Amino acid sequence: MSARRGESSFTMGGLFRLTLRYLTFHKVKSLILMACLTITISLPLTLHQLIRHYEDELGERARKTPLIIGAKGDRFDLTLTSLYFQGEAPEPITAQQIDELRETNRANVYPLFLGYSARKQPLVGTSNDYFRFRGLGPSSGTLPLRLGDAVLGSEAAAKLQLSTGDSILSDQASLINVGGTYPLKMPVVGVLAPTGTPDDRAVFVDLNTTWVIAGIGHGHMDLEDEEAEGFVASREGNKTTGNAALLTYNEITPENVASFHFHAKRDELPITSIITEPKSDKDRVILNARYSVSDTTQMLVPTEIIDELMGIVFQVKRFFDASLILVLVTTVLFLALVVLLSLRIRKPERQTMFHIGCGRLTIFWLQTFELVILLVVATFLAIVFSAITIQITDSVFLKR
Amino acid sequence: MRIKALDIEREQRVAFVGPSGCGKTTLAHLIAGIHPLRAGEITVGEHRMHELKGAARRNFRISEIGFIFQEFALIDYLNVEENILLPYFVNGSLTLTQEVRDSASTLAGRLGIHDKLRRHPAQLSGGEKQRVAICRALSAKPCLIIADEPTGNLDPKNSAAVTDLICEAATQQKATLIMVTHDHSVLDRFDRIIDVGEEGRK
Repeated sequence: MSARRGESSFTMGGLFRLTLRYLTFHKVKSLILMACLTITISLPLTLHQLIRHYEDELGERARKTPLIIGAKGDRFDLTLTSLYFQGEAPEPITAQQIDELRETNRANVYPLFLGYSARKQPLVGTSNDYFRFRGLGPSSGTLPLRLGDAVLGSEAAAKLQLSTGDSILSDQASLINVGGTYPLKMPVVGVLAPTGTPDDRAVFVDLNTTWVIAGIGHGHMDLEDEEAEGFVASREGNKTTGNAALLTYNEITPENVASFHFHAKRDELPITSIITEPKSDKDRVILNARYSVSDTTQMLVPTEIIDELMGIVFQVKRFFDASLILVLVTTVLFLALVVLLSLRIRKPERQTMFHIGCGRLTIFWLQTFELVILLVVATFLAIVFSAITIQITDSVFLKR
Repeated sequence: MRIKALDIEREQRVAFVGPSGCGKTTLAHLIAGIHPLRAGEITVGEHRMHELKGAARRNFRISEIGFIFQEFALIDYLNVEENILLPYFVNGSLTLTQEVRDSASTLAGRLGIHDKLRRHPAQLSGGEKQRVAICRALSAKPCLIIADEPTGNLDPKNSAAVTDLICEAATQQKATLIMVTHDHSVLDRFDRIIDVGEEGRK
């Protein structure tokens, strides 16, 4: 047996081995301590990360959206719906607002009609200008060209396993009113390139298509045709009314597209909001002045609304932070108790090590190393837990 | 305690006896360098203990002294092999090599615990634990073995067997043996019996 004698009295490899042996031998104790530490670290970490993540995500979209015009009412609803296509759509305004804004020649306008869905993905009725404004381009196919065409965001396409050439059904707007509108079958004419924004999760159609889905417009066989005689309920002058047997088309094709029409003036058709891009600061001020005196509409600056929303979130966070400090203190006290008891129980072990020639500092490091390893593993687990939580929360709340 | 002079020959088997509290263990610890001397000199081989400080004293202890404790003092979370090699894990002055492992294995074989190397102390009998403790004390090939009441909790039959085992191991290792004991039935195994209480009164 040979042993090299030297001056060093500290062996890192040996300490690591002893520490791992102790932790794995006392599995239950180690796991309980690790769980306590992981929970204690992950709660504030996840909360902090989550809020920062949403602040970034919400803020980024808001910064890229200069102004939103919509019906007077809840500012948060209008902003969140227009930016993220989520939640209940607020009261609509009329399409007349689009024309009035365009006539001022002070802003580029991008109307949105929201509140419907296609296979659970938000359905966004808009104009082709919206794609240019958001920097959206097709990765395959084209943008919506005609009534009834649909273009899918990248995530929506992946989730629904649809690609250009497939078709998608809009969801039944009301399950109770089965006599009302029916789902519209729409050809997928394109899939957008991913942008990492809520646009990725949406199904885009032309504004007119959303009005058809909303039941404001429809297409059916020509009642003046001889073959339609059995479907006529009454004829009064130029006005012919169909009976209940007359079915509307649930798919818009080149053959029937001409039969689609709206039973209202275009000015009266509903839209949810108008994203407005003023052409200059002066135009912004003038538009602001105009809408500030309106009784029916409001103009919002999304960054201000998001800042206000985050202000409320941060107030709630401060309350959580205070609670978490209490949890932290409790855990530290619990750990201190465990460590003190452990030190007492392991006194003979320390004595044995010291007697055979282990330094007191090495013994200190040996027992500290255990806590350090637990802390490092717990921190790693907390980071993983935090990342997974953000992913899950993202998919549950933002990608709904 | 005060001891004027005490010489122990190399490879001698010495028993420290005396009433409780007379300083048997303290004297053994002073020789091992666990407690510092207030005055006087202790020399172990070529090492002048009273001049060694801190790490040097620990390095001396780990490489030159083999300890056998009462109640074995095995580490419960280490297996038998790791308990035997413990000195190599806690002090960098010893280097754990394959040769050291092989040697520890041979030693374990000589003491009849070769097939228990992967077991933990809780899975061993009292006798097996004692053999592991002896094995650990000898693993760094010390020149001096200090056994502090290793038979304190054993019945007379086992006490004699353990003492024989320690004496035999010390002889094979060509190491000096100092055993602190209250057990007068095993004293005939020793070359010299020192009554520490008497020495202190000289």
